[in-house]
Amino acid sequence: MLEASRHLPTNILYLEGVTVSFDGFKALNELSIAIAPGELRAIIGPNGAGKTTFMDVVTGKVRPSAGAVFFRDDIDLTRHDEAEIARLGIGRKFQKPTVIESLSVAENLELALRGERGVFTTLLRRHARAARERIDAILERVGLATQRERPGGALSHGQKQWLEIGMLLAQSPELLLVDEPAAGMTDRETELTAQLLREISGEHSVVVVEHDMTFVKALDCRVTVLHEGHMLAEGTLAHVQQDERVIEVYLGR
Amino acid sequence: MKPLLLLLLVLTTAGAAADSGTGTTMTIDAIDSRPVDELMLALGTASFRDKETLVTQLAASGDARVPVLLQALLDGTLYSDATTGALIATPADAAPIPLAGAARADVPKDDLRKITVNNGLRSQLRVLIAATQLQNPDPAVRRQAARTLTGNAQTTLLPLLDRALAAETDAGARAALAAAQASLNLANPDPAIRAAAVAALAETSDKAILTLLEQQAGTETDRTVKAGLARAITDLRGREQRFAFVGDLFFGLSLGSVLLLAAVGLAITFGVMGVINMAHGEMIMLGAYTTYVVQLLMPSHIEYSLAVAVPAAFVVTALVGIAIERSVIRFLYGRPLETLLATFGISLVLQQLVRTIFSPLNKSVITPQWLSGSWEVNGMLSLTYNRLYIILFALAVLASLITLLRKTPIGLQMRAVTQNRAMASSMGIRTGWVDALTFGLGSGIAGIAGVALSQLTNVGPNLGQSYIIDSFLVVVFGGVGNLLGTFVAAMSLGVVNKFAEPLVGAVLAKILILVFVILFIQRRPRGLFALKGRFVED
Amino acid sequence: MTDSPRLLNDAASRWLLGTLALLILLVPVFSLAVPETSPFHLSTYTVALFGKYLCLALLALALDLVWGYAGILSLGHGAFFALGGYAMGMYLMRQIGSRGVYGNPLLPDFMVFLNWPALPWYWHGFDNFFFAALMVVLVPGMLAFAFGWFAFRSRVTGVYLSIITQALTYALMLAFFRNDMGFGGNNGLTDFKELLGFSLTSAATKNGLFVCSGLALIAGFLLCRWVVASRLGRVLVAVRDAESRTRFMGYRVEHYKLFVFVLSAMLAGVAGALYVPQVGIINPGEFAPLASIEVVVWVAVGGRGYLYGAIVGALLVNYAKTWFTGAFPEVWLFLLGGLFVVSTLFLPRGVIGLLGQRRRLPAATAPGGTH
Repeated sequence: MLEASRHLPTNILYLEGVTVSFDGFKALNELSIAIAPGELRAIIGPNGAGKTTFMDVVTGKVRPSAGAVFFRDDIDLTRHDEAEIARLGIGRKFQKPTVIESLSVAENLELALRGERGVFTTLLRRHARAARERIDAILERVGLATQRERPGGALSHGQKQWLEIGMLLAQSPELLLVDEPAAGMTDRETELTAQLLREISGEHSVVVVEHDMTFVKALDCRVTVLHEGHMLAEGTLAHVQQDERVIEVYLGR
Repeated sequence: MKPLLLLLLVLTTAGAAADSGTGTTMTIDAIDSRPVDELMLALGTASFRDKETLVTQLAASGDARVPVLLQALLDGTLYSDATTGALIATPADAAPIPLAGAARADVPKDDLRKITVNNGLRSQLRVLIAATQLQNPDPAVRRQAARTLTGNAQTTLLPLLDRALAAETDAGARAALAAAQASLNLANPDPAIRAAAVAALAETSDKAILTLLEQQAGTETDRTVKAGLARAITDLRGREQRFAFVGDLFFGLSLGSVLLLAAVGLAITFGVMGVINMAHGEMIMLGAYTTYVVQLLMPSHIEYSLAVAVPAAFVVTALVGIAIERSVIRFLYGRPLETLLATFGISLVLQQLVRTIFSPLNKSVITPQWLSGSWEVNGMLSLTYNRLYIILFALAVLASLITLLRKTPIGLQMRAVTQNRAMASSMGIRTGWVDALTFGLGSGIAGIAGVALSQLTNVGPNLGQSYIIDSFLVVVFGGVGNLLGTFVAAMSLGVVNKFAEPLVGAVLAKILILVFVILFIQRRPRGLFALKGRFVED
Repeated sequence: MTDSPRLLNDAASRWLLGTLALLILLVPVFSLAVPETSPFHLSTYTVALFGKYLCLALLALALDLVWGYAGILSLGHGAFFALGGYAMGMYLMRQIGSRGVYGNPLLPDFMVFLNWPALPWYWHGFDNFFFAALMVVLVPGMLAFAFGWFAFRSRVTGVYLSIITQALTYALMLAFFRNDMGFGGNNGLTDFKELLGFSLTSAATKNGLFVCSGLALIAGFLLCRWVVASRLGRVLVAVRDAESRTRFMGYRVEHYKLFVFVLSAMLAGVAGALYVPQVGIINPGEFAPLASIEVVVWVAVGGRGYLYGAIVGALLVNYAKTWFTGAFPEVWLFLLGGLFVVSTLFLPRGVIGLLGQRRRLPAATAPGGTH
């Protein structure tokens, strides 16, 4: 993936006409989205709009029944599984914070750290000093430096969210998919998260799925509104909030 | 009508005797001249040759004692009293019947002389018995009699068969008589008659007739008849294969029904509740032992014992199941591997308990009369009643279970609790109780399966172990939480097993099925009828 | 961690290894050097019994590696143990030579009895000890590889996997019960005479086998410690705690599972191979599902995810089994069944957890549940 980042693609992520159906119910219905390199994008929509399914499709958890999904213009993501997609440079943060509960905070980050993921490499090689410094830097950045040796399971809900974001940073993907990062956070933490995501965009492309409008506002980025599996509107937050269809979907008739 | 037929019979069999060169020619006057009793008593001292004539005459006499006598003679239970010359039949399952001569009480053992028969006499006796049965009021007996005569009787019996056929009203018996008639015509010197007989026999479905035709093909000289025979044999072989297929299918479905019975309780506890109950097999075992105990308690009413055992087994195993759920499983919800281990421990305890109470030896459970025997569809297909009933029983259990879950309030509560515990609880459903009842239901059904299995296999402490892995495979294969899937999975595994077994052997068949299910799960990890969607994974 | 844990940084493991080393030294002394009249003399029966326990402990260790660290509850580890045992049994059968009842120099007695014309192809080579020793690890390893390749790739996990492993050993049991498989059917392989030229009945050989078992256990323990202390060990724990998350981090979960499953199967094979000459028989009963699931209870009683817990559990439960089956045979199964229930309900961390030994190993904070 290091070689791949030498040239700059037109779109880091490009979906066209993606449909996913579960027993006749269409979770995604001809969805088309394009994300530019370094872009920060928020995806909003009511429950069941297809936000999580969108992430599942991009990360290889769900295969679309129709449509194309391309990463960096020419990598067909529907041909790869989760681990391969992760190695290609797409990171995902789940809605419910998922960290490795029995491993320490530092070990969690170490696992996520960029590098060889082969069985025998992990058995025989240890990380270099540089890796340790990188872990320290990430711990500083997500504010968990004092928690270094605590097991992941012992952290508070908010701390787990931060740790998971830290793990994404360690993974250093080209594209980050973040599912409701602000859930269960205090106002202050929400603000810090938004700030962090703004910072890392540019270097990475970031797609945030979110419910919380104050958080989306704080992200200050382009917004895509999903409804019943397809795109309803796209533009700045102010723009989409003016859109009549969006108002209808959110407020009802 | 009856005497006339018997007269015919005498003529024909007497003719047969003459044909075979016994040398003794009996005239019709002889019948009148010697009373039946005299003929009977003569058996006591007659030579084998004389006996052949005597039994023929006796069969013709129409005397009510004759069928008993012929049967006794064939069975080797006919004796004559050396002192008085009296004739006594001593059937194995009844008191001795005096047939002729001066009967006396307590004949000394030494005085009883067995009336012996040789092989030639035996086959003649069989034919004569069958012939006397052609007038039996029961069509089933007449059908069987005609089948006995098929290919076995001398051609001299033909007129008798013609008569019987003309008078026959029962369709099944008519067909059997026609086949018997045609089989005798195969020996006719006229090729046209033989050809007609072959054509008639080509329509039948009977293994014995196929053998008969194959024999005939070996000796037949006429070209037209030979060609007809070849066609008839092909027809019959084709039919034999088709009926063998139907028979195998039936057997496979009955195996599938056993699997279904064993697995359907598991489909509730594992499929609906998500509880891995490794003691499920022991619930089946307890059901089988309940049947055993019920039969011990009502030895004189074995015919009704299963009707009592089904509810009894349900109650016993359901209570055991509820006890297990309340004392162990409820502390382990959400921890499937721990549940697996704990319930495995329970299964060991239950097995040992049964060993301690009933001894480690197998117990014999009696099969009631109405469950034994088989339904002879035709000469190529017979279906045993116990397998037939088990298919019906399994379907009935499945249907009542689906009804219970879909149509009753408790079923509604069960579904509510398993789908959304918190919501159900907030609506005032006592979720703990519903869990216990659901588990009790699954266990109770396993108990019912045990009653059915007690009719097919040995009842011992290890009965359940052989079903637990199969049951899990069925539930997983069918798709967890889907009763219809369980049904289809059980039936298809049963049928596949039956058809694979003769090809590759029982063990390899089992291993292949195992590999198949593993490969299948690879393609469809959630079973045949998987629910799809975003919530399934969690 | 970047500053990696050393291999033996906890007291419990050092204690365990010390005790094992001491046993290896002392048992032969008390058995061979102390005269039989002395109350301190150890009979060859006792030595063989101890040796048997050590083999079972190695089996438990192998199971703990997959269950305690990667979360794979195998209910079929007895199959790998038995396959290793059969490989050794085949070598021992070939060593009997013409000393069998029928005196056939090539065919084992049961083949003569069943009128086999020649040695089946898969029996060739087993007259060579090193070939047999290779098969002891290769056969279980290959079975584990083939099975794991299918099962892990299709993402069969949790209880489903457990049931399929149980089905695997069940199927093998049925197969080995058959006479035409060529493994002695019901009776298995027995009547062994000697191993590498040493008579199996002599006290010295029994002590030698005991020492080998002890050394194998120590080596197995160190190997497992090395694996779980490596980065790979932490990936395994990640797989156990959050499989999906690990996959989204870019790890090929199935490769990791396959590696540890095969390694564990090979260890189990070694345990079986050492077990057979000490008990003098191998039969299809070793494939019985109950035999495999008993191993699980040893690990559960000892405490899973510690490695030494598995060893302690295996020794405790097997000692209890020997004692009870001798004194109150009918009580044993009640007790074993009870152990399953008690250890899952009240001892989620086993005896080791109960003793309050909370040395922080990668897996020491194992949650009660699976995920």
